[in-house]
Amino acid sequence: MSSTRHHDGPSADPSAPAVRTAALESLLIEKGVIATDTVDAVVDVFENDVGPRNGAQAVARAWVDPGFKERLLADGTAAAAELDFGGLEGEHVVAVENTPEVHNVVVCTLCSCYPWPLLGIPPVWYKSPAYRARVVAEPRAVLREMGLDVPDGVELRVWDSSAEVRYLVLPQRPAGTDGLSEPELAALVTRDSMIGVGQPNSAP
Amino acid sequence: MTSSPDASASASAVRAVPERPDRPFDEPWQARAFALAVLTVQQSGQPWEAFRGRLKRAVAADPDRPYWESWLAALEDLVADLP
Repeated sequence: MSSTRHHDGPSADPSAPAVRTAALESLLIEKGVIATDTVDAVVDVFENDVGPRNGAQAVARAWVDPGFKERLLADGTAAAAELDFGGLEGEHVVAVENTPEVHNVVVCTLCSCYPWPLLGIPPVWYKSPAYRARVVAEPRAVLREMGLDVPDGVELRVWDSSAEVRYLVLPQRPAGTDGLSEPELAALVTRDSMIGVGQPNSAP
Repeated sequence: MTSSPDASASASAVRAVPERPDRPFDEPWQARAFALAVLTVQQSGQPWEAFRGRLKRAVAADPDRPYWESWLAALEDLVADLP
């Protein structure tokens, strides 16, 4: 197996990732480790069912239910389990709260650790070497490039989820949303706001 | 004020964070490689930690390699160690 860099070439190229992946799938099926339809099922779940909507529901619940918010900040995994969100990479979820004084942003500097049960599979940019390295070194500049201006008076905290812990940012509830229902609030919560590189959408 | 670690920015300062499409996978093989790792770890009874260790080593071995190619390298490593 080559570990050198390569790019997708003609499909006959045995070093092309798609070809290597297909070869692994065949081998695993042959060994009886997996079945093709279970691979399809897992792909489907992660592409369609698991996604940032779970996290958005947790955030909206925290906005309307102070008791839930307290539990979410005390033990993110247990609070997520209350909503039936759990599983792989959701074992040690810690929620960090944005306030007028503090803005939180999450990165995984080593690979791409991420709370799958709440946010789905991390987006492409989250896994990029540029984001992983730069958001630690110059978070304010990176956030500005991504369209989020954090005022100088606001403390910026960068959380590295490389170890056990998976962080979820609890964004501030947008102004003018007092009359909204919990599902309406959840619809305002963006994935980026739960990573800390964006804000929730404004009230409709 | 920032409380973030003051890590070296020099090597990465010129690299821009890529555009932000919402989808997790760029190509179908990436989704399959993802699912193969999840299932193989489950079926072999290993802790997920063990795969994450392989992934971190694969990323560290070639930090600029596209993420899912490192994932694939870690998966190949995992499969090679299966009985």
